Amino acid sequence: MTVGQSLLRMMLLIRAVEERIGELVSAGEIKTPCHLSIGQEAIAAGVCAALGRQDTVWGGHRSHGHYLAKGGDLNAMMAEIFGKATGCSKGRGGSMHLIAPAQGLYGTVPLVGATVPLAVGAGLASKLRHEPHVAVAFFGDGATEEGHFHESLNLAALYRLPVLFVCENNFYSTHMALSERRLKDNIVQAAEPSGMPGLRLDGNDVLAVFDGAVQAVTRARAGEGPSLLECRTYRWRGHVGPAWDIAVGEHRRRELDEWLPKDPIMRLKRRLVDEGVSAQKLDAMAPVIRDEVEAAVAFARLSPSPDESDLLRHVYAPRRK
Amino acid sequence: MHRLTYAQAIREAHAQLLRHDPRVFVCGQGVWNPWYAGTSLQDLDKEFGRERVFDCPVSENATTGAAIGAAIVGMRPIVFHARMDFMLLAADPIVNQAANWSYLFGGQVGVPVVIRSVINRGGEQGAQHSQALQALFAHVPGLKVVMPSTPHDAKGLLIAAVRDGNPVLYLDDRWLYELEGDVPEDLYEVPIGTAALRRSGKDVTVVATSYMAAEAVKAVETLAQRSIDVELIDLRSIKPWDRDLVYSSVGKTGRLVIADAAWMSGGIAADIAAAVAGEIFHALKAPIARVCLPDVPAPTAAALERVYYVGAEDIVAAVEKVLL
Repeated sequence: MTVGQSLLRMMLLIRAVEERIGELVSAGEIKTPCHLSIGQEAIAAGVCAALGRQDTVWGGHRSHGHYLAKGGDLNAMMAEIFGKATGCSKGRGGSMHLIAPAQGLYGTVPLVGATVPLAVGAGLASKLRHEPHVAVAFFGDGATEEGHFHESLNLAALYRLPVLFVCENNFYSTHMALSERRLKDNIVQAAEPSGMPGLRLDGNDVLAVFDGAVQAVTRARAGEGPSLLECRTYRWRGHVGPAWDIAVGEHRRRELDEWLPKDPIMRLKRRLVDEGVSAQKLDAMAPVIRDEVEAAVAFARLSPSPDESDLLRHVYAPRRK
Repeated sequence: MHRLTYAQAIREAHAQLLRHDPRVFVCGQGVWNPWYAGTSLQDLDKEFGRERVFDCPVSENATTGAAIGAAIVGMRPIVFHARMDFMLLAADPIVNQAANWSYLFGGQVGVPVVIRSVINRGGEQGAQHSQALQALFAHVPGLKVVMPSTPHDAKGLLIAAVRDGNPVLYLDDRWLYELEGDVPEDLYEVPIGTAALRRSGKDVTVVATSYMAAEAVKAVETLAQRSIDVELIDLRSIKPWDRDLVYSSVGKTGRLVIADAAWMSGGIAADIAAAVAGEIFHALKAPIARVCLPDVPAPTAAALERVYYVGAEDIVAAVEKVLL
């Protein structure tokens, strides 16, 4: 499979998984808050395609895509969302707290931008161990309003740490539009004060995201320090859950009219077909993915719930010398 | 065995940990500067290089978060806060992240980070340079909190904290820095969760934390002269604390005074008092007394500081009260 085709496959997988999760939320079968990245799949897919297994990824509340793109097991994620013992976090995490350490997905948590400094720490560990691994922090535009985001950029730049700060600017922080939260649409300029490069990318163009990430990863591995990537995209659904969120105002309808045609999946598909890949071959991906998703749902449904005796376990980790 | 001050013992623990474990590093504001750390980190950067011992920008949150992130991927950081008050700017990485990580992910990852913070009070520094917030952090599942009061424990608890595999808040008190004591030269641990029986006695149990344990040593001498035989327990570890030793002591003496130089409301002393009253109520011959700070911020004027801070005399008064 070419890079383009595997990127398409990953975006299709993320889309299919999240659309199915949305249905199960609506049906009342999934109760844990689920934040969907439908429409934003190109960023997770594009950035993670530029990484190796030992590079680490850190995410937030909207991180199903990051988990899957970094190689996390679909069954374990679905089971986690169902609150099952077989879940990737053993039923303690739900949708918002995912982990796949063997794949380098070190943790996603919903405190806004909370994993940004943690990713800096992973970069610091790479530097101190003289290892080539990079750390990637994924966060939304809202996180750039947090103080620790700016602290983290400065720290990573000062110590020339191999870190990618990937802002998924979907123009919303819960119900608040970017324009209601800052005077200027200038997130990428946050790179400037710390002296790192800032790249503004079309976050709905997966190949552009991939190229930008490759550039930043190459720089990081060469010991030249971190980069900020502002990937501009749009959150199709509401902050949490599957609703389209039209009710919040007329501007949402206008914005959706503008952004739905920029669907990253359709764009890549069109491009691959233009380049001569058979449309039939690409269309054949969907049913295979659908089966994978259904298998994951079946796995989650059939998995046991955590045992009640499990409540008090793992508050502390065992001593590791 | 050699004689070291409390601050020198902390330094020795750092030096030996840095020498023996390549995963250990030290970061935080002021690690290159004795104005912040006294002699407790002196010249570690010269000995181990500024890559492993590095001073940081004024960014408590990112610095602590970075230490936590490095710990999650297998390093053993010690992050330094010269004053506990400033550490509150790192509340998110400590309370929401480090404390939760093991539980949240079903034990798949640990957070072997030591968050060292100095309680640096008195000297007319006032409300934002003086706080002793051990109870705030002891409240949180997933954190451990230690407070050594002797050079021996200052070294041994730091080593135990680094090797523990969990986020440990190591709180040292600037008022103890010049205290001298015998310290083994090797790399040894004082187990977290064990208190130290400083003196056996039959009349009353005094449980003290940090510098109040040092004050209690003086109080015990005064009380001995008055023929009051005190059993003194230095708690050392605030969370978890040594229930077995406290219960067995109170079971013997039937009287309990708890001395913790932090605010009384919702404090460690309240936790110990509630546990003793709940578990071994029938052993008590008198109400439990607490020697704590009054529930007000630290004042600056020396005249007010004198009445605000507690010490040996307050312990003596409390012991005499529970013996009435």
